[in-house]
Amino acid sequence: MLRLDGVSKIYRVGAFGGRELRAVSGVSFDVNPGEVVSLIGESGSGKSTLGRMVLRLTPASEGTITFDGTDVSAIRSRKAYYRQVQGVFQDPFSCYNPVFKADRVFAMIKQEYFPEMGRAEWRDRVESSLDGVRLDPGQVLGKYPHQLSGGQLQRMLIARALMLDIRLLVADEIISMLDASTRIDVLNLLGDLRARGLGILFVTHDLSLGNYVSDRTVVLRRGRIAEMGPTDRVFGNPLHPYTRTLLDSVPRLHTKWADEEPAAGQTPCPFHDRAPDTPVRSDLAEAEKEHYVACAGSGACPAAKETA
Amino acid sequence: MSLTVTDLRVHYRTLRGEVKALDGVSFTVADGEIMGLAGESGSGKSTLGKSLIRLDGRMRHVGGTVELDGVELPVGDSAAMDRFRFSEVSVIPQYSMSALNPTRKIGKMVAELLASRGERLDPAELERRLELVGLSRDVLGRYPIELSGGMKQRVVMVVSTLLNPSLLIADEVTSALDVSSQKAVARTLLGLRDTGLVTSMIVVTHDISLVYQIADTIMVMYAGRLAEKAPADVIVTEPRHPYTRLLISSLPEVGVRQADKRLSGIPGSPPSLLDPPEGCRFRDRCPLAFDRCAEQPPFTEVAPGHSVACWKAA
Ligand SMILES: Nc1ncnc2c1ncn2[C@@H]1O[C@H](COP(=O)(O)OP(=O)(O)O)[C@@H](O)[C@H]1O
Ligand SMILES: Nc1ncnc2c1ncn2[C@@H]1O[C@H](COP(=O)(O)OP(=O)(O)O)[C@@H](O)[C@H]1O
Ligand code: SF4
Ligand SMILES: [Mg+2]
Ligand SMILES: [Mg+2]
Repeated sequence: MLRLDGVSKIYRVGAFGGRELRAVSGVSFDVNPGEVVSLIGESGSGKSTLGRMVLRLTPASEGTITFDGTDVSAIRSRKAYYRQVQGVFQDPFSCYNPVFKADRVFAMIKQEYFPEMGRAEWRDRVESSLDGVRLDPGQVLGKYPHQLSGGQLQRMLIARALMLDIRLLVADEIISMLDASTRIDVLNLLGDLRARGLGILFVTHDLSLGNYVSDRTVVLRRGRIAEMGPTDRVFGNPLHPYTRTLLDSVPRLHTKWADEEPAAGQTPCPFHDRAPDTPVRSDLAEAEKEHYVACAGSGACPAAKETA
Repeated sequence: MSLTVTDLRVHYRTLRGEVKALDGVSFTVADGEIMGLAGESGSGKSTLGKSLIRLDGRMRHVGGTVELDGVELPVGDSAAMDRFRFSEVSVIPQYSMSALNPTRKIGKMVAELLASRGERLDPAELERRLELVGLSRDVLGRYPIELSGGMKQRVVMVVSTLLNPSLLIADEVTSALDVSSQKAVARTLLGLRDTGLVTSMIVVTHDISLVYQIADTIMVMYAGRLAEKAPADVIVTEPRHPYTRLLISSLPEVGVRQADKRLSGIPGSPPSLLDPPEGCRFRDRCPLAFDRCAEQPPFTEVAPGHSVACWKAA
């Protein structure tokens, strides 16, 4: 459904845009209907830039992004695209104007997409959409943003996206501002939406959250894919040293961080020291079925190509 | 006994009335103890931290006492607190990392801060401290924008502990960071205690798995009151308060997948602190609530070092 093929993003930065910053380099992956793909990486690794390109908020510098085979940059009607693809972002509070009631976010969708629809029919639609995100309409409609919790506000934004029979949702760090007690509800909601056939690109820096809901995981490091594959393989058998470091840093509830840091030393490069006959796709080696891994990178692999 | 807080009550004055953000809180932190302070947002964690340092204009000390190393802190009197602040009790406030003055080089900022406290900067000591948290002296010549989040947070940690405070309060210092920086920052906190630069610590967080990594004890707050305090392992493996139990069981761990084990959150939301209900404040969300919960449960010791405020736990 969604396909990224060799996508890069180069920002011009510095005085008069004199320097180039490669925020994303040659990223390729798909998101299929009924699938949650989590995009994991540290801050600055290019996750939001990728999400923004998918949402057409910024153009790709190289490569193509296609939706059902059509290049998204060539889709003339933004509106038609946004009927199918919507985004929800990190800070729910910033999406609401404190002066207006929170449900104004729905009215805005009506104006834009359903100006003809009658009041009663619209109301039904809003209520069933709220129902879909497990919000009680009576508890949230007519309230001001400050009267609602972050989790409620975030779920309302997801409900808004669902007003438009969308097929792909880009969820960028939607959990990180929420308390543990509501976090899991929003995560479960993503899982339920997947079951209804929605494709979800779930952007997060938190591995345990990504692991909980996603079918496939893409680990991004400095704008490039370090490793990707079925979530249970990436977490169960991490091949890239970066993925391993991330996993080792995750605070766990019943085990404390290991005392000694793993010895630095040279370890085999998962790309350059791959077994003979390992299939290679561009600069990723397919170490197991559908499980791809990149070179360990300069510093860790002598054969690493220095990259700008 | 390093810190003893007894029946502390601190309210916020607002147009709609008093917000009872801290409503009768009593606990101790021993010498050398790192206490994690956890709870949902709005439960009063930052208010507790601020109360031990500086009440802002809208905060009112309604009652209770705070004793540090045997001396009562004049928490209600900001001027009298000057003597203790920074040297005896120091805080790394929530969001302090983003509050660094962007127009000042780090070195200049540190010097100014010390000067405002009437202290002189010992450059060698400052460098030693930076090294201790894994920063090179070069950061002194840089502007905040040139440092990563984790580096900024470590600068703030060095600055807040320059005078070797007896108690350090770190408020959500890891919340905005990636897992790898979180680990570095959390370990730095541990190092500050282990090297004796700071005697005891309160580490405020909404992330129990993170604070569990470094804390000796964990205290859980709910709606302006204490729910439970116990050794970190006990909170994680045998919590007694229904709120703590639900909180722990709502955390996705690495390896747990929705398809195999569907976790659930805590339905409902905490009560308004403007007009909190009588009795146990967790009552309307508690699966175990019964008649007696209309009466406020005392925070009592149920086992050595383990206190709980719940009628069912006693
Ligand atoms: N509009 C922009 N102009 C210039 N650089 C940008 C812009 N947006 C992001 N960047 C840079 O691109 C890199 C990737 O950023 P981002 O996509 O936000 O990463 P992430 O979401 O993984 O934290 C960072 O180095 C960031 O500073
Ligand atoms: N300046 C303020 N004025 C009024 N109420 C406040 C103020 N700061 C915090 N509160 C209220 O006090 C309670 C506790 O807040 P806080 O201590 O910040 O909680 P936490 O740090 O656990 O999120 C909340 O109900 C919050 O709304
Ligand atoms: S006192 Fe009652 S309502 Fe409160 S936590 Fe215990 S059982 Fe639940
Ligand atoms: Mg981002
Ligand atoms: Mg706080």
